[in-house]
Amino acid sequence: MADKVIYAMYDDDDVLKDGAKKLVSKGVKVAEVFSPFPIHGIDPIIGVKNTRLGIMAFLYGLTGLTLATIGMRYFMIVDWPMNIGGKPNFSYMENILSFIPITFEFTVLCAAHGMAVTYLLVNKTLPGMPAQNPDPRTTDDKFVMEFRMSENSSFSENELEEMLKETGMIEMDQKEVH
Amino acid sequence: MHKEAAIREPLILGHKTYHDITEDVCRPIEDKAPKTWYILFAIALIIGLYGVGCILYLLGTGVGVWGLNKTIGWAWDITNFVWWVGIGHAGTLISAVLLLFRQKWRMAINRSAEAMTIFAVFMAGMFPLIHMGRLWLGYWVLPLPNQFGSLWVNFNSPLLWDVFAISTYLSVGLVFWYIGLIPDFATIRDRAKKPVPKKMYTMLAFGWSGKAKQWNRFELVSLVLAGLATPLVFSVHSIVSFDFATSVIPGWHTTIFPPYFVAGAVFSGFAMVQTLMLIMRKAMGLEAYIHTKHVEYMNIVIMVTGSIVGTAYITELFISWYSGVEYEGYAFMNRATGPYWWAYWSMMTCNVVSPQLMWFKKLRRSLVFTFIISIVVNIGMWFERYVIIVTSLHRDYLPSSWSMHYPSAIDIGVYLGTIGLFFVFFLLFARFFPVLALNEVKTILKSSGESYKNAPDTHHHDPTPDAPAVESPKVDMTKESAKKESKVKLSEEEIKEKASALISKIGAGSADSKDDLKVISGVGPVLEGKLNEIGIFTYVQVSKMTKEEYDLLDQLTGSFPGRAERDDWAGQAKELMNKSNS
Repeated sequence: MADKVIYAMYDDDDVLKDGAKKLVSKGVKVAEVFSPFPIHGIDPIIGVKNTRLGIMAFLYGLTGLTLATIGMRYFMIVDWPMNIGGKPNFSYMENILSFIPITFEFTVLCAAHGMAVTYLLVNKTLPGMPAQNPDPRTTDDKFVMEFRMSENSSFSENELEEMLKETGMIEMDQKEVH
Repeated sequence: MHKEAAIREPLILGHKTYHDITEDVCRPIEDKAPKTWYILFAIALIIGLYGVGCILYLLGTGVGVWGLNKTIGWAWDITNFVWWVGIGHAGTLISAVLLLFRQKWRMAINRSAEAMTIFAVFMAGMFPLIHMGRLWLGYWVLPLPNQFGSLWVNFNSPLLWDVFAISTYLSVGLVFWYIGLIPDFATIRDRAKKPVPKKMYTMLAFGWSGKAKQWNRFELVSLVLAGLATPLVFSVHSIVSFDFATSVIPGWHTTIFPPYFVAGAVFSGFAMVQTLMLIMRKAMGLEAYIHTKHVEYMNIVIMVTGSIVGTAYITELFISWYSGVEYEGYAFMNRATGPYWWAYWSMMTCNVVSPQLMWFKKLRRSLVFTFIISIVVNIGMWFERYVIIVTSLHRDYLPSSWSMHYPSAIDIGVYLGTIGLFFVFFLLFARFFPVLALNEVKTILKSSGESYKNAPDTHHHDPTPDAPAVESPKVDMTKESAKKESKVKLSEEEIKEKASALISKIGAGSADSKDDLKVISGVGPVLEGKLNEIGIFTYVQVSKMTKEEYDLLDQLTGSFPGRAERDDWAGQAKELMNKSNS
């Protein structure tokens, strides 16, 4: 179904935030906000949930920890119990101290890279991806709110425009999407 | 919104808008490179290529071309390795540790400091690789199943820990840096006009769009990566110090090594940041973002870590005597008075004495002095590693094998070559990458920008700050202190407008009923003249002034910001009124 998208542009993050607050209280649904830097406090207003990437990082870290432990136990204890200076490796627990540095490094390695890759994937920011910001100025000093008419069916276009004008926007644009 | 104390110096000077920040950072990328850039690049490239030549010669001939001998098996290359790794500590420290501590001044320097870190770790990594002698067998350090029976690498060895630590540090640092770069590449992409740069930055920006959810993830990822990178930084240099500390060699076998190496690394890393930043801010016109206050903060870090290093040196000396181990005692005696005394004492002077000068506010705010000290510290830290490594080895347990280390031409060539390559990378970075974290600097404009700080209550619902439209004259703030820099000239109209706003609040006075304002402490004849010009003549007017009026006044007179409030002019004026009435 064809949908109409309305873009309202602002030149200040606080004005946009106050505007969004007013609009949302009137029942308008804000589809997206594009900004050149993170606007603190905008997420709860427009209903963006907090990311769960932190949990993912923890899980990747656990994976790294497990892999390092299993790997080193196999290399140093099971497969080839090295005898260095008459001090043989009998069990993992007895030698755990010298395995801590690499366990730590490998945990960090897996947590950091796992999270970074997940971040790029869920963000859909990968080499060669097309940019989706409606106006090139939104990466410079302008802030854009996006509304979808299908999500705001209780308002007419003119009503929405009137409300937007009250919030101090500086430019408006609309687009048909299919 | 985050509020910052008014007495804190602004982090962004001048009347900048969001667009100005973009302009200031992107202009050097979009414009043609200046001639000096080409000259510096050519010099760095020649030195770098010479170093590459030396490395190739070394690989073709063998490690014998180094100045090592039977007694001194580690010297020049490991010194350089530790030196570069140490330098590579500042970037992650600035961006990760200072992020966790919410230090906003990091934002102006973290991007270039991280770049410097990554390039320094590249250089560091090269030395152990070529030290292997047979570089093509370098993969032997990895735990791979192999054809020599299933003998694995030794996970008990600090040298293997080093492999894991350095490669983790390098790759995590690279990822951390790049994730921060993506939004800024998007800014350049959206500004680019020529097709080739447009294509290049489109690729680099990964299709970043700046959506609310993307920013939400971005902030969390930065925070978690900072949380991971912080212990990582400390682990890396601790592990480097284990290379020495776990071996039974006098002068190396000490438990103080890990903390002392980490402090030394931060110390030398910040010195290198200072060296590069002082040149970069000037060459690229970024004085409004990286100014005296930033330099002062970094100098304080240098002072603190330098003091830690100094304490460690002296502790080490004391313990070598107190332990009663004669070998240990001799090793330190030999360092200070033996054939390498000059290296020991240059290390002591550069690392212990010079940072102490930073206690003087005047010195730590002087850019020229900072630059000199930053070089001195880098030299001192190189000598530290040379002293630790060579003086401990050159006189071993068997006096008949005592020896001296003299670097060969190849040794020196490889070292100089890494410096050249380092600058090649850094110059390329400064030319094609956003050297300031655009998106981060923009977030602090309102809380720490000068024009916003001076008018703290007017901006909230007003999309335009006090003086956004006026092209503020380019402030030359090279050597003046930040306080003097805040003298930004306002246009005629604005002065009138502000003066009338001020007078309407405190009431008009006339020259006829003039009081002697000079009696108020803090007001001299010049300032009295200025006050009269604005329309302030009487004690009654002054006594009605509050914080808001003081701020307006500061903007109008442009001198001594905060002075009126500190001296409590209103209170003084009230007392004077009472006196003259009685």
